[in-house]
Amino acid sequence: MSSIKIRSKRVNGKTELRTLITHPMENGLNHDKKTNELIPEHYINTLTITRNDQIIITSYMGTSISKDPFFIFMLNGGTEGDTITLTWKDNLDNSDTEKHTVV
Amino acid sequence: MITNTRREFIKKATALSGYSMLSAAGLLNLRLAFAEAINFEALPMDLILQGVLKGKPVLDSDKIHIKISSSADNKIPVPITVETDLKDIKSISILVEQNTVPLVATFELSPALEPFVSTRLKLMRTSFVFVLLESNKIFYAAKQKVTVSESGCGA
Repeated sequence: MSSIKIRSKRVNGKTELRTLITHPMENGLNHDKKTNELIPEHYINTLTITRNDQIIITSYMGTSISKDPFFIFMLNGGTEGDTITLTWKDNLDNSDTEKHTVV
Repeated sequence: MITNTRREFIKKATALSGYSMLSAAGLLNLRLAFAEAINFEALPMDLILQGVLKGKPVLDSDKIHIKISSSADNKIPVPITVETDLKDIKSISILVEQNTVPLVATFELSPALEPFVSTRLKLMRTSFVFVLLESNKIFYAAKQKVTVSESGCGA
């Protein structure tokens, strides 16, 4: 199952994009409850969103973003059938991509 | 025999640790190069600010609307919404002064987007939350204080 959920809603000629990514976002300061060892850093550092193969958002983030990062963006315009693609990459070089069509 | 193997073991171990140190240094260099552009290191706020601002001047603005609750619990993510009436915004950066990693995120927005962003943050201590909006020549800034209760049983 994909780690990304995208929802879009058109309001007054704008398109609201809501994105939710499932990710632990460990900041390297928490201890494992059983072994009491430090959990190493594991966080998303780059997030890219494209609309019809054109990059509209490039975002860089650190460990201060909460677990399971959630974002809302407002797109100027946006028509039915636009393809929104979201890609994330984390510090351990994992990545995932999800496509969404605006309705 | 045992001492032999032990000696070999120590030799290998030291060799390995040397190698790991080298690779760690390499990684560190890479991370520093990465940090030059976007600074997600556990450094003091003023150093991070220098990296974010890239020498551009900062102007306080009352046209930036930060929606964030003024009190929060330690372990719970805090929603934040940034909106503005200003035009030609290229990027939005959010910083939390007292976090180990002060820079939360930088969003580079293309002209196809409204200058609006909403997300959730971790807050470690009572701190000012800064928002920096980048336009062509200057940065606009706004801040708001958030009180964080340690115990987690609310304020």
